[in-house]
Amino acid sequence: MSRTLYDLIGLAAGIAFILALKGLSHPKTARRGNLIGAFGATLATLVVFFYVSPESSLPLNNLGWILGAIFIGLVIGVPAARKVQMTQMPQLVALFNGVGGGAAALVAIVEYLHLGTKATTAEVIFTVFTVIVGCVSFSGSIITFMKLQELMTTRPVIFPAGRLIIAATLVSVIGVGGWVVVALGTTPLLILAGLSLLFGVLFVLPVGGADVPIVISLLNAFTGLTVAASGYVLDSVLLIIAGTLVGASGTILTRLMAEAMGRSLFGTLFGAFTAKPQDTGGAAEDRPVRSGSPDDVAILLNYARRVVIVPGFGLAVAQAQHTVRELADLMISKGVDVAYGIHPVAGRMPGHMNVLLAEASVPYDQLEEMDEINPTFSQTDVAIVIGANDVVNPAAENTPGCPIYGMPILQVSNAANVIFLKRSMRPGFAGIENELLYEPKTMLLFGDAKASLTKVVSALKTL
Amino acid sequence: MEPMAILSIFVLAVFVGFEVVSKVSSTLHTPLMSGANAIHGVILVGAIIVADHSSTNLELGLATAAIVLATINMVGGFVVTDRMLEMFKGKKK
Repeated sequence: MSRTLYDLIGLAAGIAFILALKGLSHPKTARRGNLIGAFGATLATLVVFFYVSPESSLPLNNLGWILGAIFIGLVIGVPAARKVQMTQMPQLVALFNGVGGGAAALVAIVEYLHLGTKATTAEVIFTVFTVIVGCVSFSGSIITFMKLQELMTTRPVIFPAGRLIIAATLVSVIGVGGWVVVALGTTPLLILAGLSLLFGVLFVLPVGGADVPIVISLLNAFTGLTVAASGYVLDSVLLIIAGTLVGASGTILTRLMAEAMGRSLFGTLFGAFTAKPQDTGGAAEDRPVRSGSPDDVAILLNYARRVVIVPGFGLAVAQAQHTVRELADLMISKGVDVAYGIHPVAGRMPGHMNVLLAEASVPYDQLEEMDEINPTFSQTDVAIVIGANDVVNPAAENTPGCPIYGMPILQVSNAANVIFLKRSMRPGFAGIENELLYEPKTMLLFGDAKASLTKVVSALKTL
Repeated sequence: MEPMAILSIFVLAVFVGFEVVSKVSSTLHTPLMSGANAIHGVILVGAIIVADHSSTNLELGLATAAIVLATINMVGGFVVTDRMLEMFKGKKK
């Protein structure tokens, strides 16, 4: 295949990626957009097998290794993506992003070993960039995975002199990077990779659980840029286009997400260093709360005119999306006006709740976004908060200095009654006490969300 | 390739990237991130290229690892995005 044809097909794949991102930005075209992207990626991969570069011949060298490695990747990646629970999707995306960053770093290292002293200074600089950012993306994503999977604490990890250690690591990363450019050795490059991996870990550790999605999005954009830099070294227009597209759109997306959460990007990344330890107050645990039975909840719902359901991560964990729909349908059949209040970052990722409720075929017109639903809480008789906490925590509005201060919340405290379905009194993902739980108009129903909802449904049926 | 040509491609791609996602509802943030994530899996192409011209065992070993990781990123990314978007089907009626 000629270079021209090869480049033209690469261009076609690049266009497919643009159309894919454009499609993914609109609900109606999203699925088609994703398929177009997959088509472009497949096309780009297939065509490599038929192009003879000046320094190689067909079939490709090491073809058995290449095909074998792709097979192993398929065997690991496809079942992981197919079998993952909806609740664990965010972590999986983080992991996929991490391995992508790792792949880019490895490609850069191999090409560097291969070129040896033939490498131009520009190529070495781009290699250094790819190794640094790829390794940061890899180790950072692994930490976000562990936080989301709750393999480690979800709270910000702050250690003594943390700021100093991180700054020192960053300075050494840059220093060793410069050393690689000047000295051109394998050893400095491997030291650089190791330091960058360390920096990735240190960079993500202080980020609080609720902000993790923003970091995943940022690391995603980083990985995109490494792919673009690899494209320069490997002389591939396609990689430059694809990587830059992801880098640019990922940056915008990161900003949009941060805005949806009412955070500045800077505050998210560096907030943990300035935050004071929160006064959650150990005594708070002992304060009285009003807990009710499923029958109490059913009675309250039966005589309500308007009920707003606020789903959160607990709903996803309990897989209670079908049961909550059953409850909503039952209430509607009794003449209750029912709506779902969807906080943009409820769950572990923006849009998590929409995906979950769509799975249970909840009619789309019942889902209301935060700005639409907030003014209606004052006319709402009952707000049922199912496994959500931080997104309804009034501390975000009235406690300056707390980690979620400034985040827009669903103002359920304006409703006449608030029902919390919770597993325990444990605070939410951000680790902040919720004053709303102790208010007289609040009733708590403890237990797994699905089990509790099932009991409420059967109690409501008998009324 | 000409440095200026590369710079032009880069800058134009940045603008296209900004433009295509500037207005997107928060509902689609997660699938969009996941889809973009899958797209950078095309580093697989780079991994195959370096595997092809690997001349030592070290190079080939690292390149093979890169192919495995990139394949997981690309294929897993598109499959998981499709699964998320599949859930949205029901709402169009």
